[in-house]
Amino acid sequence: MAERQDRGRVEINLDECKGCQLCITVCPVNCLEVTTKLNKQGYLPVDYKGSGCTGCGLCYYACPEPGAITVFRLKKSA
Amino acid sequence: MSAPVYEPYLRKPKTFYEQYERKSGDPTVTHYCPGCGHGELHKMIAEAIEDLEIADRTVFISPVGCSVFAYYYFDTGNVQAAHGRAPAVGTGVQRARPHSIVISYQGDGDLAAIGLNEILQAANRGEHMAVFFVNNAIYGMTGGQMAPTTLPGMHTTTSPGGRDPRKAGNPLRLCELISQLDAPVYVARGALSGPKHILRTRKLVRKALQAQVERRGFTFVEVLSACPTGWGMNPPDAHKWILEKMAEFFPLEVFVDKTDSEPEPFEIPEEPPAEKLHELLRISTAGQVTFSPSQPVEPKYANPRIKVAGFGGQGVLLLGLGLAQCGMMEGRKVSWLPSYGPEMRGGTAHCHVNVSDHEIGSPLISRPTVVVAMNQPSLEKFEPQLVEGGLLIVNTSMVPKEPSRSDLDVLKIPASDMAKELGNPRAANMIILGAYAAYTGMIGKETALASLNTLIKRKHLVDLNRKAIELGWEFGTKARG
Ligand SMILES: Cc1ncc(C[n+]2csc(CCOP(=O)(O)OP(=O)(O)O)c2C)c(N)n1
Ligand code: SF4
Ligand code: SF4
Ligand code: SF4
Repeated sequence: MAERQDRGRVEINLDECKGCQLCITVCPVNCLEVTTKLNKQGYLPVDYKGSGCTGCGLCYYACPEPGAITVFRLKKSA
Repeated sequence: MSAPVYEPYLRKPKTFYEQYERKSGDPTVTHYCPGCGHGELHKMIAEAIEDLEIADRTVFISPVGCSVFAYYYFDTGNVQAAHGRAPAVGTGVQRARPHSIVISYQGDGDLAAIGLNEILQAANRGEHMAVFFVNNAIYGMTGGQMAPTTLPGMHTTTSPGGRDPRKAGNPLRLCELISQLDAPVYVARGALSGPKHILRTRKLVRKALQAQVERRGFTFVEVLSACPTGWGMNPPDAHKWILEKMAEFFPLEVFVDKTDSEPEPFEIPEEPPAEKLHELLRISTAGQVTFSPSQPVEPKYANPRIKVAGFGGQGVLLLGLGLAQCGMMEGRKVSWLPSYGPEMRGGTAHCHVNVSDHEIGSPLISRPTVVVAMNQPSLEKFEPQLVEGGLLIVNTSMVPKEPSRSDLDVLKIPASDMAKELGNPRAANMIILGAYAAYTGMIGKETALASLNTLIKRKHLVDLNRKAIELGWEFGTKARG
């Protein structure tokens, strides 16, 4: 199978995000974007574009909200 | 072809509570503004605590400032300290529980203004604690006033024309100050801005906590941190401002690092034994005996929370000490907490006394079960605080008015007049001690008399006070019926 798999993936809990966009400023591959629907706190949350993540974790450390971002890494197949 | 499998790599640290139970607000998110540096640093600390597996023995001291509510988030031990006093509270925690990991988390108003003394003294003593110092160049919580760390020219609500160093001095560089002291083992400054410095700051945090695990001593990590609200900037701009402006004034360096050397063995200093303490404090233990409670105590008089109040000079503090001393001699737990009016003499004074069969949580008493009113103002002030059916002892020689409540157990005793007859009006306090002892059965007569050996420093007065206790005892016995 030739198709390249992303090394990482992020999940953003849209209701815990405060829309500060710090994650966007640090993502080296620009794979995060602001959404257009207000969340329950009244912020425009950021979400994963759906592809390109390297699993570097920078967005996680730049994000002030404890539970907003979870970073996943591709499991190395044996 | 199976679908790719992704594993969680970074998720909410387990050190945080799952839900933040608090009075108001959404329990799934912090109370911090969008983009606030406190949240970022909280996460790094929480991650390190989890990785080092120290949550169960960590005591997190929250300051006053925006992070006052840190205890809502960290599933560790928590204490919230008065403004600037976190290092002093941390010192107490560390001394009482030497195996705990103490974290003093403080803002720049808290640490560098009102708490400057505490932090320097704790650093100089080399207390075993990790201090995390959030430098956001401003008082965040109170609406953006100038802090000791506000940059020259920076506009705040209290420096609307920009900070003028000719009037307000230059910003305090805390790392530089603290690294002048001998004791600190690790002093470093990081910044929560840009990938490189965010990751570096994470390392500083981990190093400081690792040093606590290794029992190395005092560690201090300053973090340049965004306060977008106070600075009037959006979070990305605030982050840029940290590296462009703040870091110029506050260099991002490691100032002290003694963490590579072999740590000194961690020893908990031994307390001197009791006999030695008596000797050091020049307390005579000759003739001291322990008494067992002489009579059964009615449940309503057991474990009393007592407030003794009167004029300064009426011996209310000594009466309180006497009650505690007797309780101690009978093997009970006791506490005594004096409270002075602004005047040393002639003003009002009162004290709080606990005598209990159990450990005492707080020496402070807000709902007493016993009130001793030596004068009229004390009756007026403390009668309302008594629990229902509580015991009110009134020195009727000085209290013309009747108590206003009808539910109370009242013992009226003209103690000052009785003392005058004995030859010294100041013995009224010991008359009351005797009366209380007999009336409630809480203190044996022999105990009360023997307590005078410790209580009365001037030996020629012991005899007079013995007589006072005997007189009070007689009165209390009769009143008990
Ligand atoms: C004894 C006392 N004085 C003043 C205050 C008012 N006060 C509350 S927070 C604060 C400043 C906090 O600023 P900082 O330590 O920089 O923390 P931040 O809010 O920026 O995180 C002040 C002066 C107080 N609560 N207690
Ligand atoms: S993990 Fe790295 S690459 Fe993936 S979204 Fe976060 S910052 Fe971007
Ligand atoms: S950094 Fe966190 S809170 Fe801020 S926009 Fe990104 S996910 Fe949301
Ligand atoms: S006022 Fe500043 S320090 Fe306080 S929560 Fe908001 S951004 Fe953070």
